[in-house]
Amino acid sequence: MSIDANFQIQLAEFSSEVELKLAEGEVLAVLGPNGSGKSTLLRALSGLQPIESGVIKIHDVVVDDAEHSIFVMPEHRHVGVMFQSSELFTNLSVLENVAFGLRSRGTKRNIARVNAAEWLERFSLEQFAQRRPTSLSGGQAQRVALARALATNPNLLLLDEPTAALDVRAKAEIRRDLLRLRQQRPVTTLLVTHDPLDAFALADQIIVLEEGRVVQSGALDDVASHPRSRHIADMVGLSLVRGEVRDGALTTPSGARLVVPADSPSGLSVASIRPASVSLHRAEPEGSARNAWMMTVTDIDRHPERVRARLNGPIPLLAELTPSGAEALALTVGDTIWASVKASEVTVTPDLGT
Amino acid sequence: MSEHRGTRARSVGLRRPPLAIIAIAAVAIAFFALPFIGLLWRVPWSDAWSLLTTTSSLTALRLSIETSLWATALSTIFGVPLAWVLARYGFPGRRVVRALCLLSLVLPPVVGGVALFAAYGRRGLLGDSLFEWFGLRLPFSAAGVVLAQTFIAMPFLVLTVEAALRGLDQRPEDAARTLGASRWYAFRRVTLPAIRPALIAGAVLAWARALGEFGATITFAGNFPGRTQTMPLSVYLALESNPGQALVLSVVMIAISFGVLLSLRDQWLGGSTEAGSSR
Repeated sequence: MSIDANFQIQLAEFSSEVELKLAEGEVLAVLGPNGSGKSTLLRALSGLQPIESGVIKIHDVVVDDAEHSIFVMPEHRHVGVMFQSSELFTNLSVLENVAFGLRSRGTKRNIARVNAAEWLERFSLEQFAQRRPTSLSGGQAQRVALARALATNPNLLLLDEPTAALDVRAKAEIRRDLLRLRQQRPVTTLLVTHDPLDAFALADQIIVLEEGRVVQSGALDDVASHPRSRHIADMVGLSLVRGEVRDGALTTPSGARLVVPADSPSGLSVASIRPASVSLHRAEPEGSARNAWMMTVTDIDRHPERVRARLNGPIPLLAELTPSGAEALALTVGDTIWASVKASEVTVTPDLGT
Repeated sequence: MSEHRGTRARSVGLRRPPLAIIAIAAVAIAFFALPFIGLLWRVPWSDAWSLLTTTSSLTALRLSIETSLWATALSTIFGVPLAWVLARYGFPGRRVVRALCLLSLVLPPVVGGVALFAAYGRRGLLGDSLFEWFGLRLPFSAAGVVLAQTFIAMPFLVLTVEAALRGLDQRPEDAARTLGASRWYAFRRVTLPAIRPALIAGAVLAWARALGEFGATITFAGNFPGRTQTMPLSVYLALESNPGQALVLSVVMIAISFGVLLSLRDQWLGGSTEAGSSR
């Protein structure tokens, strides 16, 4: 029971060749810039666009095989899709939207409605049941779209940039719901995003697409420590620190303290730090950087243009240096070194937990 | 203060068209309005009711309404799938097919009637076969009136619905498919509600056109009272024998057409603007 896709699609600008495998219950994040072929991948998996060569299997069933002229229509694939812009049906109520999947499979109206009401309740959306989708906020609409996709019990859940069109608060709500879902009833999920925070929150594995090709794949941490291109480095390098913000500082569960921008809202939060914002020093730093910790270098990735060092300590971090900077510090694995981050370089988003 | 008033006056001046243009537009409005005013002026109002309720008037009125409703139904049944194919599927020669289907929109209706005769007439392409197989004689029958009206009116519906389908966001339909909807179910519950305004507008326009059809009908179906003599035909004939009746029937037709136009909101006539957006 898994997803096994290996296929090619001809696009207007380029030919997309994608190979991916996904074990049952696993969450795979597909990262890539706009126009990298992410949407095409989703359209191919959901059956909205036939592939031109290769094979797609979903749970060991071939759903698209160009050579053997096999093509399973989208309505028979049991693939749930949550679209970037919700795509709720504006002529139907929220409840009817969620019931749509069962109704289109021939379930009686009353039964489909009861089921839809249960899904709305699961996402605390029951108060919107009779509302029109146009009266919902972006975040509410996305959560209804998620409930609608799940109500059909899909074999595979496709999430197309689920948080891209939302504000910070709504982004956090969607991530919370997806995380809860993962814990309560794991669904094999493919998450397409250009927001690494989505990937960090949910994914076991990631693949990176560029111009229709998989340029790197693996566990998120591995890809972040050993990015194969500048672009990947920029996209996946974030270090995330969870904790509670109070009086301009975040305290982690283990007691470490991270000074954050003064205007950060209090409460449970996730702080993200870009590797390039981390400075390394042999001696304890002085001056404006108020965040400084003694760290141990656990891994070094050397690249002609940049060096990435994974640091373990009170707050585990990924640091990026220039090759000359790394040489000047004579950085080696096992070293003890000072790492510092300016408070202004820390980004804080609310963490709604699970 | 005076400066403020100056800018205000200037901006009002910008919004108002030049007087010369207003004058020309007024001439154009008068050009359209005068014939109707003249008609209303000539109508023998004292006899209007009796003229309208003569047997011949009522027969023509009933026939017109029946045939035009049939033509509207046929235009919808065949026109919506045609619009769908034209809007959604790229096939070689689509532009030619599209032009062919809309040809009767610009053709003199008389020529359309002659062409219908060549196809379905007794000596026409299909005329004999239709009679042998189905016992159908279309020319000079009420069914022939419906055929002629459909031929002329359907393009109005096709144009309107096609524009709406072209402008329609297809993503809700995609979403429906991934939720398990067949193409038919997705069309019925997602696409159709989204294009409903355009569909209504197209059907109303087609109906109004069918109601007023003259040239193709008289050529193909002839002018038999009670069988093929619709309102426009009886107006034309009454002009010679009974001008008062012609005027009264004209007023009825004008009232119907005017009502149709007023009932259509502007954007429906424009095609895709309202129907195109799905949210």
